[in-house]
Amino acid sequence: MKLTKIIQLVEGTVLTKNVEIDREIEGGCGSDLLSDVLASTHAISLLLTGLCNPQVVRTAVMADISAIILVRGKNPPDETIKLAEAEDIPLITTRFGMFESCGRLYRAGLPSLDENTSSCCECDD
Amino acid sequence: MTDSKPSWLDKRIITDEDAKSITRVEELAYDLKVSQAMTRNVKCLTPDEPMIELVELFRQNRISGAPIMADGELIGIVSMEDLIRALTSLDQYAPVSKYMTPAQLLITIHDTDPVIEAIEIFTRTQLGRLPVMDQNGRLVGMITKGDITRGVLNALQKVYHAEELRVYRASHLFEDINSDRTSLILRYNIKARDFTHGGNASGNIKRALLRLGANAQLARRCGIAVYEAEINLIIHTLNGGVLRVQIEPYRILMRTTDDGPGISNVEEAMQAGYSTASEEIREMGFGAGMGLVNIKRCVDRMHLDSAPGRGTVLDMEIFLTPEEGFRESGFFDEEKE
Repeated sequence: MKLTKIIQLVEGTVLTKNVEIDREIEGGCGSDLLSDVLASTHAISLLLTGLCNPQVVRTAVMADISAIILVRGKNPPDETIKLAEAEDIPLITTRFGMFESCGRLYRAGLPSLDENTSSCCECDD
Repeated sequence: MTDSKPSWLDKRIITDEDAKSITRVEELAYDLKVSQAMTRNVKCLTPDEPMIELVELFRQNRISGAPIMADGELIGIVSMEDLIRALTSLDQYAPVSKYMTPAQLLITIHDTDPVIEAIEIFTRTQLGRLPVMDQNGRLVGMITKGDITRGVLNALQKVYHAEELRVYRASHLFEDINSDRTSLILRYNIKARDFTHGGNASGNIKRALLRLGANAQLARRCGIAVYEAEINLIIHTLNGGVLRVQIEPYRILMRTTDDGPGISNVEEAMQAGYSTASEEIREMGFGAGMGLVNIKRCVDRMHLDSAPGRGTVLDMEIFLTPEEGFRESGFFDEEKE
């Protein structure tokens, strides 16, 4: 699904400047626990989160996340936006909460990339 | 880099809608000057030439507008639309001066203006081309949306090429240096509680590995492991610590060292979900008790050596398969499959 369509679905606002939003998103995951995000064995396309500190962007860089949606109308500090711009990761804010944001995207056909982290296997597949 | 442009480059035109929503390209549009994107040596006409001349001029040069010059001065512009107006009125032998947009009604642009200026004019007006003037008010070229597309794409290609060159140079580093055992060591000092810069070191390590030619999967495994380890230094240590990465043709050793407080029960710390992080740190999204578990999953060998009051040494090692590792083509092999 195109990120531009995702932005429409969550009625989101793009916070980053000069970051291309015309990109393809394969699936999403929602989490407020950054280590859970890093535990995913696949490259995650889209992260929905209630956190807005710069570490969200750092985590995204490590996990090869291509876009971040901040739920519940969060407005992140400037350093988060600047870091996202520097790392070329679009940062989007939506007024919807986590449940509704995920629900809207899932209903529209965006697959879930959530993983059961308790059944650890090897990292590469 | 080659000078031959792909054929699609000539076909794609920025629509007004695109022009408004340009994002990444916008930055280049500010840097790029009109003079770098415009067409020079434009075909000009004199005011008394008949409109019918335009048919051949436009067709042969694949253009849709031309400036009208008299005594070296720009006096107007004539476009495809003007030609159609003349043809439909069966007035094709009228002088171009009758149908042109006269100079006083023209919007012009300076050759030193940034390209974004031209984009804004195109978006605001219905214009398809702008005459480009130098500081003395002389016509030096024309700029169209197509010129801007080409100019920006060329500039993007240069940016991309620069990064490619860096990757190429770095990936041949180990090939160019002969020794019995070559290793590259990256060292970062990590401050305790410095959440603002937390992850900078890991970001740099991941980028370095990609430049050295590591495939995406390998860079990801190393990136996640060092990031979790870096965050641990920030959250848990008294005085911060050192993150050290040793890169060798067949092995990557990542190590964090700190001087306390140390871990009292290493086995317990290794369990998924076990965490000693404070509420404040959990609010930042950390302290899920998954850090060490994640590290273990990402590396081939992990060793945690710690005792209270002595500090902690965490070793994380990844072995590269002969396919992944250094071969004649470079330090790491290309992405598999």
